[in-house]
Amino acid sequence: MSGSVSQSVPPTVLQAGQRAPDFELPDAPDHRTGTTQFRGRPAVLAFYPADWSPVCGDQMALYQAVMPEFERYNAGVLGISVDNVWSHRAFAEDRGITFPLLADFEPKGEVARQYGVYDEQSGVCQRALFVLDGEGMVAWSQVAPSGINPGADGILNALDGLTGIDSGRRPVL
Amino acid sequence: MTTTPFQVTVARLVVPVGPDDHTLSDGQVSLVEYGDYQCPYCGMAHTIVQDLLRLRHETVRYTYRHFPLTNVHPYADLAAEVAEAAAARGKFWPVHNWLFEHQRSINPRQLMVGVERLGLPSEEIAGEVGAHVLLDRVRRDFVGGVRSGVNGTPTFFINGIRHDGGYALEELLEAVDEAAEATV
Repeated sequence: MSGSVSQSVPPTVLQAGQRAPDFELPDAPDHRTGTTQFRGRPAVLAFYPADWSPVCGDQMALYQAVMPEFERYNAGVLGISVDNVWSHRAFAEDRGITFPLLADFEPKGEVARQYGVYDEQSGVCQRALFVLDGEGMVAWSQVAPSGINPGADGILNALDGLTGIDSGRRPVL
Repeated sequence: MTTTPFQVTVARLVVPVGPDDHTLSDGQVSLVEYGDYQCPYCGMAHTIVQDLLRLRHETVRYTYRHFPLTNVHPYADLAAEVAEAAAARGKFWPVHNWLFEHQRSINPRQLMVGVERLGLPSEEIAGEVGAHVLLDRVRRDFVGGVRSGVNGTPTFFINGIRHDGGYALEELLEAVDEAAEATV
């Protein structure tokens, strides 16, 4: 599975068991980062439509607050949208976000297309989550309706599955 | 390990209401709120919940749990810790109400002003909050909320199922009444 998108076949969301295409995107004007930095540990990819969601329950702000739980699994988190790095920087400062927000800006939505989560009609990423294992394989994925914040419970359950922590030994609870 | 079709996911409360919780009334319908003392939407929900409890005090058992988003609301953790310190002295609800009624002026100094006004030992509580004695208690609420699918504040659960509708008084009344009928 190359992850590339054929012109004639409608793109489908990458599923558990498929190889996640590696990529690097800018997270700052002079810096790029991506999936390869997470080899050997789980990675959470959170595609989202746009910076500046107008509610307290913003998905990226929530993930920042949940970061100590992700860190218990030694998991890295990347937020990805088609916004440019300057928007990301202002958004991250406003919401206190310290994990990388990547700009899938040029060519627009190229990485989202590879993962099958680009919304051609609106020209933005779908609200989609992927948990990758330490070898870069998709362990779990989920696409939420764009207006609904999917929360973090699905991610944590997927990380439980990866690390073999059963529900009786979940962190904290 | 699979791809989850989001539409079929029903978010359920994974931590049942227990003796450590802050609970009001004793009706058969459990209403659990995850909130943040600095969140303006929770401030609005606070007065709505008070109205709801006045109208349905025989039906509802209300539980409040902490879900502070500290990266957005810098003193939300601190406020929750103060509420827990008050709880240890049997005064959770007076402090809880004060926090929502004064949420725009919440800062470390004002928190202690509030504590003193309510007749609590401010120096003792400042010491406990400074040493984060109660942070684990707050964190436990937060993580339980994350595990249950809390995706922002306020989030309500009615009889253990996340309430994805609005939280205007009419909507909450309808949801609570429906749950009451279903349990009869």
